[in-house]
Amino acid sequence: MERFVEQFLNLEIMMAAWPMILQGFGMTVLICAVVIPLGLTGGLLAALGSLSGRRPLRWTVIALVDVFRAFPPLVLLIFIYAGLPFTGLRLSPFAAVAIAFFLNNSAYYGEIFRAGIQSVGAGQSEAARSTGLTGPQTLAYVVLPQAVRNVLPDLLSNTVEVVKLTSLASVVSLGEMLHQADLARSVTYNASPIVLVAGIYLVLLWPLVRLVSHFERRLAS
Amino acid sequence: MTQWERFLETFFNAEVLARYAPSILHGVWVTIELSLLIVVVGIGVGTALACVRALRRPWLTAPIVVFADVFRALPPLVLILIAFFGLPNAGVFLSAFLVLFLVLTLVLAAFAEEIVWAGITSVPKGQWEAARSTGLTFGQTLGSVVLPQAIRLAIPPLTNRAIAITKMTALGTVIGVPDILNQATTAQSFSGNASPLMLAAVAYLLLFLPLVILSRWLETRFAWRRA
Repeated sequence: MERFVEQFLNLEIMMAAWPMILQGFGMTVLICAVVIPLGLTGGLLAALGSLSGRRPLRWTVIALVDVFRAFPPLVLLIFIYAGLPFTGLRLSPFAAVAIAFFLNNSAYYGEIFRAGIQSVGAGQSEAARSTGLTGPQTLAYVVLPQAVRNVLPDLLSNTVEVVKLTSLASVVSLGEMLHQADLARSVTYNASPIVLVAGIYLVLLWPLVRLVSHFERRLAS
Repeated sequence: MTQWERFLETFFNAEVLARYAPSILHGVWVTIELSLLIVVVGIGVGTALACVRALRRPWLTAPIVVFADVFRALPPLVLILIAFFGLPNAGVFLSAFLVLFLVLTLVLAAFAEEIVWAGITSVPKGQWEAARSTGLTFGQTLGSVVLPQAIRLAIPPLTNRAIAITKMTALGTVIGVPDILNQATTAQSFSGNASPLMLAAVAYLLLFLPLVILSRWLETRFAWRRA
């Protein structure tokens, strides 16, 4: 037991690693701030594409969405980071993370937005159009507000997944929270810095996870 | 050499492909083996926990809720690193394969518990009461009346979650599990050629694209919610 505490809950080592981890926390927040809006925008475009009346566009978008849902995010990230340099294009770790997550998140958010838009009855947009609203106006003022409300739990739960996903950036040595903690771990031979990071994730995400469960149960019953 | 030829030689080099195909194929087996184990055990444990929770005993519910919340809130990579690098110093020695299996199974169990539980709570209370009053025991009611309906509701979200988590077997690369990604990156650095990565990409698509398409079909088949 003592050994367990020493190895996982060593306060002294946690304190020593704290400044590094705080720095990493800033990077984690920065990645989220870039990746979440990018994913939401890409997802909205993907949803509109996959519902388009133009068949070639629709099938292309659906195929792309499925392909990017089939690739594990880490595989996508490593391909972009380690594969693209072979074409002569060398990306910074941050750019690689942003591109990989943009592709992956757009596919997932896209499916959620699509389900949301489909849940709004066709009568709604027909009524809106017949009152003289243009297509984009109908989408923005009538369809999307209802669509987003209908899939809010899924959007929230996917956003939790995206925040968790940022930890993969550590694999391409981008100095986010987990990367900094793992550095501290490799210097001290002690897992406490990573446990500290786990604690930070828990504090950040636990309320959201609770909220998702609450929403899901309300919808199911 | 034209640019096209150079491109082919970098990304689709027949000689490199032939040399590393066996090791990537081995990775494919490791990935499949792990995925199946994780899905079977994870969904089994998650469903069992949801059934225990259906007993509605606070002292049983509390630890299950805490477990499910913690494993849904923490990034799997964080858990993998803690288990792989921390446990040996505390005197517990697990192989990388076992660590990856345990972490992903627990994560899937946590999600499965929440999904199945949402299904169980969606069955109206009247059905419990009706079943119990016909003389069925608690276990019979749960097993023959409630669970079949709950599982039906749970199938689409459970499939999506199971796919998402089996894809995470790629995280094993970080601790040296010889899965597809690990074999491919090793081959890429040995050969200085991107072809092994392309082969791995094809392997992932062959494995997961059918599952993604299946989940798309299941969603329309068992429409989860219709607004």
